[in-house]
Amino acid sequence: MANEKYETHEHDVLIIGAGGAGLRASIEALNQGASVGVVCKSLLGKAHTVMAEGGVAAAMANVDAADGWKPHFRDTMRGGKFMNNWRMAQLHAQEAPDRVLELEKWGALFDRTPDGKILQRAFGGHTYKRLAHVGDRTGLEMIRTLQDRGVQQGVDVYMECTVTKLLKDGDRVVGAFAYWRETGRFVVFKAKAVVICTGGIGKAWRVTSNSWEYTGDGQSLAFEAGAELKDMEFVQFHPTGMVWPPGVQGILVTEAVRGEGGILRNKQGERFMEKYDPKRMELSTRDVVARSIYTEVREGRGSEHGGAYLDISHKPADYVKKKLPSMYHQFKELADVDITTGPMEVGPTCHYVMGGINVDAETGAATVKGLYAAGEAAAGLHGGNRLGGNSLSDLLVFGRRAGMAAAQYANGVGGSSVGNDQIEAAAREMLEPFERTSGESPYDVHRDLQESMQNLVGIFRNQEDMTKGLDNIEQFKERAKKVRVDGSRMFNPGWHLAHDLKNMLIVSEAVALSARERKESRGAHARVDFEKLDDAMWGKQHNIITRNADGGLNLAQRPLMEMPEELKQVLAEDQ
Amino acid sequence: MAEATLRVYRGDKDGGGHVDYKVPVAPGMVVLDALHYIQGHQAPDLAVRWNCKAAKCGSCSGEVNGRPKLMCKTRMDDLPLDQPITVNPLKTFPIIKDLVTDVSLNYRINKKIPAFTPRENTDWRMQQDDIDRVQEFRKCIECFLCQNVCHVLRDHQKTEEFGGPRFFVRVAGLDMHPLDSVSRTELLKDELGIGFCNITKCCTEVCPEDIHITDNAIIPLKERVVDDYYDPIMWVIRKLTGKK
Ligand SMILES: Cc1cc2nc3c(=O)[nH]c(=O)nc-3n(C[C@H](O)[C@H](O)[C@H](O)COP(=O)(O)OP(=O)(O)OC[C@H]3O[C@@H](n4cnc5c(N)ncnc54)[C@H](O)[C@@H]3O)c2cc1C
Ligand code: SF4
Ligand code: SF4
Ligand code: FES
Repeated sequence: MANEKYETHEHDVLIIGAGGAGLRASIEALNQGASVGVVCKSLLGKAHTVMAEGGVAAAMANVDAADGWKPHFRDTMRGGKFMNNWRMAQLHAQEAPDRVLELEKWGALFDRTPDGKILQRAFGGHTYKRLAHVGDRTGLEMIRTLQDRGVQQGVDVYMECTVTKLLKDGDRVVGAFAYWRETGRFVVFKAKAVVICTGGIGKAWRVTSNSWEYTGDGQSLAFEAGAELKDMEFVQFHPTGMVWPPGVQGILVTEAVRGEGGILRNKQGERFMEKYDPKRMELSTRDVVARSIYTEVREGRGSEHGGAYLDISHKPADYVKKKLPSMYHQFKELADVDITTGPMEVGPTCHYVMGGINVDAETGAATVKGLYAAGEAAAGLHGGNRLGGNSLSDLLVFGRRAGMAAAQYANGVGGSSVGNDQIEAAAREMLEPFERTSGESPYDVHRDLQESMQNLVGIFRNQEDMTKGLDNIEQFKERAKKVRVDGSRMFNPGWHLAHDLKNMLIVSEAVALSARERKESRGAHARVDFEKLDDAMWGKQHNIITRNADGGLNLAQRPLMEMPEELKQVLAEDQ
Repeated sequence: MAEATLRVYRGDKDGGGHVDYKVPVAPGMVVLDALHYIQGHQAPDLAVRWNCKAAKCGSCSGEVNGRPKLMCKTRMDDLPLDQPITVNPLKTFPIIKDLVTDVSLNYRINKKIPAFTPRENTDWRMQQDDIDRVQEFRKCIECFLCQNVCHVLRDHQKTEEFGGPRFFVRVAGLDMHPLDSVSRTELLKDELGIGFCNITKCCTEVCPEDIHITDNAIIPLKERVVDDYYDPIMWVIRKLTGKK
């Protein structure tokens, strides 16, 4: 790839993303003897994984002896409304305990049971106390442990560097094109295998728990390289985001509040979950709780600022401060609420995408050669709805598997070359906005996209809204092509957003198209015009998005994989 | 709606100056919200780091009216709005652009620290009481505010000889792990220069995670260094007089 104009780096395995999935993948690829580079948009240690609060799900049975991989598998499949890749759900349930114990060997310190083992807490949709945790800062513990391990083992980290294109040699992915955020200069990465661990897409909605990083980059990179995206309609709205004051709207209130006994009430003081899920109440699955809150608000029983009240103040103040320290501070400092004495106001916030890059369960291989994916960017494990705590374990189990498979593939694959035309085209695309002297700011288009997705492709969906949402996207695409960028290439967020917009538009369209097509309600996908599950038709098929010859989105359906008898039995064992 | 003026540093290593921006103030707004408003409406190229907006990632450190702060946690209604709010980048680290500084030094220091190395034949049982202390250190979100205010780095620029409070916290987290087996005292004394610290406690004061950096990390570590390296009688005298 002799292009002298650009800084070039070469690795056996290039990992895009330094969250839990990317770091776990890099550790495993290093173990296999590969040379590994990790690229990330923020500083090392600031990826979304750091924000995870409640815990990591693993059936270690330290607290509830009856737990095991089978109950975890069942809970995951049921929570996902059977849209899950059953093989992923099985591997995940079986391997998560080892992955958590491994973290402990690398220095992580989870909260303890009285007999000195890792403590586990209850969470929505999990039959047993299953979430290993560290107060409400589990993700921080996890990412530090992984990052220290990776650095110690010699991974090369390229931080504040954004990938904008995958590079191909024929039908193989063989590298990536990126820019340094600091200088705006371009970089070419040459690799035998590329693993996408870039996380989610939540920045396309107005109310979200996600950071600026979640612009669907990995999904778009894979899509543009010819890979399949699966079940993009399944977007999780977490039931409890902050609703007041306006500046904090969407910031997550961990499910651990409910796991520790928090109670939801409407403005009349009714414990409304009694109506919607009398058995599991507050610890019902997220799709159900989010819709219940939303319904209460819509029917006029919402809290002062349009949410519900979540109360943990019946627990001793010291206990709350010990088990939920960051929630205590978050509300005290940002909302002037003392959660040990009074309720929080909460409402749904866009949180997680279950859909994503279609991968092979065992290896994380995408449908294009040389390309792998793991973590939130990949689809499969969670089906139609993710259980809390199942993401952190997902990162560990499938990050490891993808890292291993990518390194093994890299070991057996021959050399490659990338035409200069690909690199030049990628550079030109990035520089175009600077050439325009007029045009609107990318921030304007972003605001309008967020508003449109929020209102038209949100928690409750219908045909008409989504068609309108898709029409809007067409207009936003035109506007995005004409945005203007001020200033230089040095650390220029406006310029960065101009490109991120393109990715957000791809994933937004993928979500809206798939959601409009799926004419049923399942998991996180709720249609007011098709309120029921349609097991006969939609329970049997996935939505698959691929790229057309002209670059547009193509939507098709694909039957679910047939589940083997023994797993069917596991599902039937307990109702 | 009330209005505030933000006086934001704009510039890079070749120089720069403050620029005033007017921002409408909403209830509960934090300084980071105001900067996002400026990006969205007035200066799309304004450089500022952030991720979580909830004091969990340590990205948005800056100096607000001269005080080192997480800007996502600094409420506008806690600041006097009748005068401009000054927002500067962290002073200790070289500027990249506007509010973004080059903190790579911290990642270099971190690499010097040997990883957790478990004792052999451990059964991995630990009591909560024994790990409470270490969990305190592991709360660190790497905002580097403590590094920013420590005079050894800020005024004396001992960037090669001194590790700084963040990394004393990190070493404390490893050394006090009940199952760790390696000693890091030589590293503390020589490469991380813990002797330069004269316990001013400025680091502890700014830590957004309320880690008792000096009392719980630095002082016990200093004692370990002394125990390992110096005459026990001198150690007692030093302790009594508080001199180094
Ligand atoms: C507030 C909050 C709380 C949560 N709590 C929990 C919980 O308690 N339990 C649980 O299981 N899950 C939880 N989740 C979900 C879980 O944290 C995330 O799904 C998970 O961390 C995602 O990990 P990841 O490795 O896939 O991606 P991330 O950790 O988000 O990492 C993505 C990486 O990709 C990089 N990247 C993205 N695009 C590019 C690009 N174009 N070029 C280069 N690099 C790029 C980013 O810089 C980043 O390093 C929570 C999520 C949030 C937001
Ligand atoms: S106590 Fe030591 S480390 Fe902390 S600011 Fe003072 S000199 Fe620096
Ligand atoms: S010790 Fe405190 S002030 Fe220092 S980096 Fe960590 S969180 Fe920030
Ligand atoms: S944005 Fe994460 S600490 Fe401020």
